[in-house]
Amino acid sequence: MSKPLIELSGITKSYGPVSALKGVDLTLYENEIIGLIGDNGAGKSTLIKILAGVERFDSGRMTYLGQDIEPKKYSVSTARRMGIETVFQDKSLGESQSIWRNFFMGRHLHNRLGFIRVAHEKKEAMRVLTDIIGLRGVGVSANAPVSVLSGGERQGLAIGRAMYFDARVVIMDEPTTALAVKEVEKVLGFARNLKVQGKSAIFVSHNLYHVYDVADRFLFFQHGKIRSELRKEEATPKILIDTLMKCS
Amino acid sequence: MQSFVDYLKFNAVQWTITFVFMVLLFSFMVFAPHTFLHSRIYIAYLSTIPFAGMIAIAMTLVVISGEIDLSFPSVMAASGFTFAKAYAFTSSPELGLVAALATGALAGVVNGVLVVGFKVPSIIATIGTQFFWRGLTVLLAGGLALNMAEIRETAFHHLMVGRWFDWLPAQAVWFALLTALFWLLLNRHVLGDHLRFCGDNSSAAQMMGIPVARTRISVFVIMGMVTGLSGAMVCMEMASWWPTQGEGYMLLVFAAVFVGGTSVFGGQGTIYGTLVGAIIIGMIEAGIISSGLSGLWTRMVYGIVIIVSVSAHAFLTKYSKK
Ligand SMILES: Nc1ncnc2c1ncn2[C@@H]1O[C@H](COP(=O)(O)OP(=O)(O)OP(=O)(O)O)[C@@H](O)[C@H]1O
Ligand SMILES: [Mg+2]
Repeated sequence: MSKPLIELSGITKSYGPVSALKGVDLTLYENEIIGLIGDNGAGKSTLIKILAGVERFDSGRMTYLGQDIEPKKYSVSTARRMGIETVFQDKSLGESQSIWRNFFMGRHLHNRLGFIRVAHEKKEAMRVLTDIIGLRGVGVSANAPVSVLSGGERQGLAIGRAMYFDARVVIMDEPTTALAVKEVEKVLGFARNLKVQGKSAIFVSHNLYHVYDVADRFLFFQHGKIRSELRKEEATPKILIDTLMKCS
Repeated sequence: MQSFVDYLKFNAVQWTITFVFMVLLFSFMVFAPHTFLHSRIYIAYLSTIPFAGMIAIAMTLVVISGEIDLSFPSVMAASGFTFAKAYAFTSSPELGLVAALATGALAGVVNGVLVVGFKVPSIIATIGTQFFWRGLTVLLAGGLALNMAEIRETAFHHLMVGRWFDWLPAQAVWFALLTALFWLLLNRHVLGDHLRFCGDNSSAAQMMGIPVARTRISVFVIMGMVTGLSGAMVCMEMASWWPTQGEGYMLLVFAAVFVGGTSVFGGQGTIYGTLVGAIIIGMIEAGIISSGLSGLWTRMVYGIVIIVSVSAHAFLTKYSKK
């Protein structure tokens, strides 16, 4: 087996009285795709926000390539610098901002004085969105506001910007929800492609067929803990469904 | 070519405001040709519009970032006061300007800390600071105006608000430079990009690693400093400071910003829109009077122009959101 990339042990997180994570142990290996499965409110998105640096865990241990991560010093930008990219479940786009601004949101390519390389960014954003992500819609142009895009196109934008920065780990929280069949196929294609490129990923979905399609290993989440684990070799979609039923 | 088509399509608000401006200017030219077909009135505008115009430009950034600053009329008085005092003590208008900018920046920091640190909504926090700065200034000034007639003799006065080449009001040049600078800031700089996203969707901004707190405080500080600059320039132009300074600016500034198409919900607005908005608001009064109508018409015409423009913007934004 290849070496561990991210290791979590005993991670907890509470929101006031609600304890969303009650001691999560998880290891993500190099060039591995993990599927996270679990009921609404099980804590999947919370775990992902912790990995992405958006939320801080209360206790437990997190390491990246064997290095301990201190929650206080871990932010979205440190996560990104280490190569962890996240496609969030909640809308993480600025609706009335242009497509190119959303693509580079929070990390523009700029000169020393902070001036953005606008022409270059527009070109890069469109190159990724049309050539790599394959967006073909009439509304897709660098200056168009995100509000003109369809749900699938928005997801494509969110995934495209995560891919652009050459991540080592891509985390996707329900990337296929509310998408048409053809668009789902594309998103699953990206996920499989990550594997080919030697990257790792965490894929969250309520659709067990989608998870089964892309993941190497399946973790079942319940009430803020991982209850059970299956490898691809020992699973079929049917077994995934049965296990999920037992875990909820 | 594609980007030119985009330009037409995604700038409907700018086209509207330009149209309103043209209609107004054209009617003034028709009804008051003696005034509006000569350069004098335009030079007069160049001397009067910049003071509120500069503040409106800064306010545009504040509103785009999803905040509002109601304290600026008092901050203007406070920084005008420190300008006048510093000038009285040192006889240096340059030091006066530094004092005014520092006062504005301090007021901005206070607003920023209340809004970001204590999480008081800016519309409430800045009502509080508005009373505070006005009260403090009036108290320190003992309610009296300050005269500084000699300032007109200084070179710095000529540089900031003099008549260059014996005709061009210097403040118009500074206003133009500031407008260009803020256009760059909003459209080409990362700070401008950050504040757009803070106003548009602050939780997304947070998730995507935008320093939301720092951005919001910076916007208030910038607003305070521009207010300080304008306060000092008004003092120089008038060669005096008075305790109610800035009070007339509240409506002018917000009218300019919203006539210019900036959205009150944050995330959307343009420097160009506010510039044209400030010019429209600034030219109505003289236009009405020289058209032969009595001054009693002014307020109503303001009202009509504001209602027409903001309705057009509201209609267009809804329309383009499909
Ligand atoms: N910001 C928050 N404040 C308070 N409680 C929260 C917050 N975020 C999440 N929670 C709570 O934490 C628990 C876990 O939520 P989480 O979003 O991680 O679930 P999930 O597994 O992603 O569910 P879903 O499948 O519906 O997306 C829920 O009980 C939720 O109400
Ligand atoms: Mg979730």
